[in-house]
Amino acid sequence: MSAWISANLPYLLAGISVGGQYALIAIGYTMVYGILRLINFAHGDVFMVAGLIMVYATASLPIYISVILVVVATVLLGVVIEKVAYKPLRSAPRMSVMISAIGVSYLLQNCALYFTGGLPQVYPNIPFLSKVVQVGPATTKMVTIVTPILTLVLVFALVALIKYTKVGMAMRAVSRDFETSELMGIKINNVISMTFVIGCFLAAVGSLLYFTNYNSVIPTSGAMPGLKAFVAAVFGGIGSVPGAVIGAFIIGICENIIKGLGWTVFSDAFTFVLLIVILLVKPTGIFGEKATDKV
Amino acid sequence: MGKKLTARKAPEQKIGSLVAILCIIALYIFLFCLDNVLPASNGNVQMLITVLKKGAIYALVCVSMNLLNGFTGLFSLGQAGFMLIGAYAYAIFAIPADQHSAVYQYFDGGAIQFSIPEVLGNVLGKNGGAFLGALICIIIAGCVAAIFAALIGIPVLRLKSDYLAIATLGFAEIIRAVFQWNGLGKITNGSNLLRKYTNFNDIQIQVGGTIFKLGTIFPFFIATLSILIIVLLVTSSYGRAFKSIRDDEVAAEAMGVNLFKHKMLSFVISSFFAGVGGALLAMFQTTVQAAPFRSSMTYEILLMVVIGGIGSITGSVIASFLYISASEWWLRFLDSGGVTLFHTHFNIPFFRDGFRKVVFSVVIMVIVLFFSRGIMGDKELSFAGMIRRLRGKKAVPAAEGEEDAQ
Repeated sequence: MSAWISANLPYLLAGISVGGQYALIAIGYTMVYGILRLINFAHGDVFMVAGLIMVYATASLPIYISVILVVVATVLLGVVIEKVAYKPLRSAPRMSVMISAIGVSYLLQNCALYFTGGLPQVYPNIPFLSKVVQVGPATTKMVTIVTPILTLVLVFALVALIKYTKVGMAMRAVSRDFETSELMGIKINNVISMTFVIGCFLAAVGSLLYFTNYNSVIPTSGAMPGLKAFVAAVFGGIGSVPGAVIGAFIIGICENIIKGLGWTVFSDAFTFVLLIVILLVKPTGIFGEKATDKV
Repeated sequence: MGKKLTARKAPEQKIGSLVAILCIIALYIFLFCLDNVLPASNGNVQMLITVLKKGAIYALVCVSMNLLNGFTGLFSLGQAGFMLIGAYAYAIFAIPADQHSAVYQYFDGGAIQFSIPEVLGNVLGKNGGAFLGALICIIIAGCVAAIFAALIGIPVLRLKSDYLAIATLGFAEIIRAVFQWNGLGKITNGSNLLRKYTNFNDIQIQVGGTIFKLGTIFPFFIATLSILIIVLLVTSSYGRAFKSIRDDEVAAEAMGVNLFKHKMLSFVISSFFAGVGGALLAMFQTTVQAAPFRSSMTYEILLMVVIGGIGSITGSVIASFLYISASEWWLRFLDSGGVTLFHTHFNIPFFRDGFRKVVFSVVIMVIVLFFSRGIMGDKELSFAGMIRRLRGKKAVPAAEGEEDAQ
């Protein structure tokens, strides 16, 4: 038994860590979907851009200032994307907004390709996070331990924000009924901007943790984590923050266990198998609410 | 609406289809000249041939996606997966037997030890075998993609709008993983390239002593035929059922349209042609690998459909040719470090590798945001319509609105 644990502990640890990082991205998806009913395909690419900003910022700035810069710039990017690409289409069919999101994703990837020249960019070492530590029989980076703790702290803070503050109440109202909440005097645009601010803030934090683990950033490095985080959001019931977090941890852990079993080719495919199974068995996810079609 | 209108429209439609047929014949003659008469060493001719071939392939794939997204209202993002299946199915059956040991070098020469073009070549001669063999392999490619689509469709088509989109996207990723799996290596060659199969350069005819190349005509021939079949389908009663599902699912069901049957039909047919497109793409590239068939390929096709106008077949065709020529040819200068105007070279520092794609994606965003109806909206470009418009403006300007309404 102890031999099995010591053989599999590294995968389990990696799974929990990656799960936490997916969770931070997944919250961005689930909140935007909850309010705008939009799969924000560009969210994974915002996450990638956050990684690139860090690479370029540390080239000329001290590391802790760069971290702050990354968070601020990513939040700004998210808000700008919302204002430019999604706001004009608010009354358009849902498909148009989704296509616009795909367009933004294409644009961000191509810009990244242009600025990096297609070469993988080496991610800087954040001294505290990259420290090597010993967990039982496994050696790992500090980030592996920090991620789940930080994720849980942020999620509890977010849940508290949604439950007990005025902004949170406005968010709940808007996700329940867009038009009525507008009639009640809620400034819809502010609420939507706030959603993007929170989503992008968490994505920026996620990118700091994720890329510390993976060491390099390429223009497509946001695509897969983005899709997986989205699957996590669907799995947990889209619109539900705790659901997204639980989904992300499950996906992260399962994916790494599959890698540990030697089926690396299928580690990505597994996520989608999980997606399809959950869509067929319980389309609204674990914590999702039942939606009824109105004629 | 009735008799009066149809009676008046008839001559225009006749002239229209005549002009269309003449245009197609002219196009084919031009393509033939492009392959055989014009100097192949000329850079522009080569570029034109590349753009035309790739454009024709993407036109077919776009139209097949439009059948699903534009005409049936099923927002599916699995196109790249079905193209992958088609490309592999084509390549697997078209690799000559004596090349198997080289191609499948890590898998003991693979499991399939024959090639359809070669088998037919023994009977019909090399050229005939290549042509007919490629044709049969393309049909097989389409059928394999269609079978997969039928299997995937059973669970997936119960889902709606964005859930359907994400589920089909997921299936495309699963397909890609399965084709890269070494366990199937004897057939799919794992994550290695498939190569040496019959490609466009092998399609030629020999008349007397001279050999005529048909490398550019062939993809056009397949694409025209396929698009024609899709047009016939869309204008048939099945097509009307598809459109009714798109416009209002509940109402369509109430009117007696079998939702699942028609969605499945549209999904399977669309995937069949995506598979055919994938096979043509394999021929065009001369090598196939699963890795590039990722979701970004589907996004690219979707953007072409949007540029052309969701629900317009001619729009999709125009958009894919524009898209391919802009990205492969016209915007190349943006990558080259500067512009040459009037024999003087201007160095522009930000014109370097990748700038073309940035400009291109900005243009796409502008189209998506400000011209969301695309080039054609949901209308079709037709010669009959053009003639009518010309005449209508001269003689009876009031009649136009009436006819548009029909």
